[in-house]
Amino acid sequence: MTREEIESREDESMMDAPQINKPKPEEFFNVNYLRIYYGKSPFSFFLTIKTFDLLRKPNNKYIIDGKHPGCDEYYFGRREFSFTLENDVYLRYKSFKNASSMEDAIRSHFPYKIDIGAVYSVDPDKRHAYSQTGSNVFTPVERELVFDIDITDYDDVRYCCSGADVCSKCWPLMTVAIKVIHTSLTEDFGFKHILWVFSGRRGVHCWVCDPKARRMTNEQRSAVAEYFRVYKGNENNARKVALMGYSLHPFLARSYVDYLKGFFEGELQATQSIFSTKDKYEKILAMISDEDIQSELRGKWENSARSSLSEEAISLVRWEQLKNTLQSKKHKAPTLRMCVEEIVFTFTYPRIDLEVSKQMNHLLKAPFCVHPKTGRVCVPIDPNNCDEFDPLAVPTLSQLIEEINSGGSRMDVDDDSDDSDTSLLGKSVKFFRSSFLEPLLKSCKEEIESSYKTKIGKSKDSLSW
Amino acid sequence: MEVIRSQKRTPSNDTVSNPKIPLYLTAPQMEVRLEEFELFAIDRLRVLKGVSDGLARGRNPKEMDDLVDTLWKEHMRDPDASLMFNKDIISHFVLRLVYCRSDELKKWFLSMETALFRHRFRLQNFEAQRAIVGEFGLPYKAVTGAELEGLKERLGQVVRSLGQISPTVEAIYYKVPFEEVPDLVASRRVLIQKGYAFVAGSQLVSLVVTQFRSHISKALILTNRKWTTTIREREKDRLTPIVEALSTSYLGPDYSQSTEYAEISLKDIDQVAKSSFPLCMRHLFEKVREDHHLKHGGRMQLGLFLKGVGLKLDDALAFWRAEFTKKVGSERFDKEYAYSIRHNYGKEGKRTDYTPYACQKIILSAPGAGDHHGCPYRHFSEDNLRAALGRMGLSSRGMEGVMDQVRNKHYQLACTMTFEAVYGTSCDAGINHPNQYFEESQKILKSKTPPAPV
Repeated sequence: MTREEIESREDESMMDAPQINKPKPEEFFNVNYLRIYYGKSPFSFFLTIKTFDLLRKPNNKYIIDGKHPGCDEYYFGRREFSFTLENDVYLRYKSFKNASSMEDAIRSHFPYKIDIGAVYSVDPDKRHAYSQTGSNVFTPVERELVFDIDITDYDDVRYCCSGADVCSKCWPLMTVAIKVIHTSLTEDFGFKHILWVFSGRRGVHCWVCDPKARRMTNEQRSAVAEYFRVYKGNENNARKVALMGYSLHPFLARSYVDYLKGFFEGELQATQSIFSTKDKYEKILAMISDEDIQSELRGKWENSARSSLSEEAISLVRWEQLKNTLQSKKHKAPTLRMCVEEIVFTFTYPRIDLEVSKQMNHLLKAPFCVHPKTGRVCVPIDPNNCDEFDPLAVPTLSQLIEEINSGGSRMDVDDDSDDSDTSLLGKSVKFFRSSFLEPLLKSCKEEIESSYKTKIGKSKDSLSW
Repeated sequence: MEVIRSQKRTPSNDTVSNPKIPLYLTAPQMEVRLEEFELFAIDRLRVLKGVSDGLARGRNPKEMDDLVDTLWKEHMRDPDASLMFNKDIISHFVLRLVYCRSDELKKWFLSMETALFRHRFRLQNFEAQRAIVGEFGLPYKAVTGAELEGLKERLGQVVRSLGQISPTVEAIYYKVPFEEVPDLVASRRVLIQKGYAFVAGSQLVSLVVTQFRSHISKALILTNRKWTTTIREREKDRLTPIVEALSTSYLGPDYSQSTEYAEISLKDIDQVAKSSFPLCMRHLFEKVREDHHLKHGGRMQLGLFLKGVGLKLDDALAFWRAEFTKKVGSERFDKEYAYSIRHNYGKEGKRTDYTPYACQKIILSAPGAGDHHGCPYRHFSEDNLRAALGRMGLSSRGMEGVMDQVRNKHYQLACTMTFEAVYGTSCDAGINHPNQYFEESQKILKSKTPPAPV
């Protein structure tokens, strides 16, 4: 099929669109819609792909004053991408010379999912040309520091949904996770260029793009992931958060005081009522490593089962009772010292997927992809306004198609004046550009310029007699 | 470093001003006698092997400090401090030559030298430690004055979070990029702010060990290059034979060449499996007989073990073929499995003669669903382990001792105890290789019973 034929087919479907019935839920994601999404260039999708990499070591397209001698033209070509096609066909180690050859590949494969991997020492698709034992080993050289938080990892502490579902009652767990991790990334680790992205269904991804983050070794990434790790759960233990010592580490203390405590005692009680039934409160009692205290509380709660208060109110009362009991008895054993905090952490503290963060070669879905199971676009989330983010209000592919069909947005990436808030993705694109892309571009330029100057300076010195 | 035939050695110029632990940053400029070249290296190797044993037995840091102290005094001490220092340096550099030559050797050497360094460092007093930090040329500034005051409260929180009830904030903290102390970051043992970790004087170990490790790792790569391009050829009549002998002599036998005891033939194999195989290999063997199949991890672990035990390639092919063809057919066997068996024996591809796995490697493996490899003491559930030990003939009292070791994560000690229970003798060396278990077992059985007609 030639390009003209494809385009004329699209035009046809656009004209037909108003007469098509509203798509059934199971039809909100399919190859035809994807064709349109990718075919409509330049779409915000390409905005992110292009800029993600070309800006790292920008080529002449993005440096207005012409080609900078400090640029690395071959950087983009060494980035690994992977395509997941229809029928779960998975193509790894894809790399492209430049953005337009990548666009062409996307428009010929129509991948359901595009993942971004690391920048390697040589072009991934040429890796076999290099012998493994020689000095030109195919190895990752740079990669953003990434995090993946998935709400299914919280199934043991959310009662409204389980598995792939997510609702307005449990999504706040993600919100609180973003706040805790983001604050730490900026305050503790000093990172500046952080992008949070909705994963499309039930979680969030985080991309830390500072130069020093991209150069971190696997060991260092592992260290940061472990620093964030608190929950150590598996089926065999009831007490999955164990906070030893006499106080919390400052990072945990800040998280507790600024975010977790308030969330636990407020929103969480309202949405999950974690003490309201016997099944629920037994789970919490199991976290208290003292049988006497467990029995004491159990006794109080069993007897008050027939109260006329709301579920939320009951929960709050019981929480107070638990806190008071533990406060007076916490000196009984070291494991009781921070039992209250442990319970709060168990229900609210972020649970990141350690494996995703630890290795440079781990691939992660690209922002602005469309999730095949929900049809939703993986849009950025503003960490400073994450309370307002609603995963169920994120534009879907079919909504976007409708918008296109009705002559709506023209997402023209080169035309800055077109970032209107009225189009479905307009706000997201604008945010992506102004809050993340532009500062990153600026800092990359500065880095290139300064390292170039140093190089020039050095070589000048070496010429002096 | 210049190696000379005989003659008096010129004492090096290093004197008392040196820190007690050399950092091996540059090759020493001194003359070494040929005999010392080998002897010094052997002594150091005894120390490194002792460290390796200690780690495998799960010794805690304090125990390792004492162990290292003992080992060092036993093998490396010299009444003359500068001679001792020279021996330290020379032996290290000789072993670099020996252990740079393959990835596996490099990995072992790096781990052991780093551990050795770590514990020697911990044994030094604070002043000596600071001197060593200085030697590395690390540009870390001590935090003082107003900046320290501002951090005091949170530094105290960190100390308390680590289990000290009264927060004694130390006098000196170093401001270090967090990337340089990954293990302190991972365990939340430091305060981190704006990308910097505040490392207490007492935590310096972490800092220097990371530097040390990184330096040695790079050095090994360079040494390997030099070895393969120039030294090996140039020294082929002098140093090269010594270097090549050193790596196989002390890591414990690697069982890639089996001894006289160990040649077994196909018809003996079932009986020998029952009588002399350690539990991990018994299990794999039983599974092959039962399922007529094993997944990759199991094929490697058992296959290499059998090679070490003396099973010849032809017999190995016959064995695997007999079992696998019951399930997958002869053509598929030839296509998919025969190649990798030949590969293990060094007859294909890179022609590396792969060595059977030692316990340490087996314990660290991660068997998944459908796998039967790994160390049963680690990877089996308690019930399954008890059942398996029962089949080996352990009494319930013997079993309790073994299970106790398992609970404390001393898997090799558990295997050793099993060995002792099964054969009724003590095994002081401790089991650290399945082929060692086999050989010891065969020794005992052959000495007990007269050679029986097969």
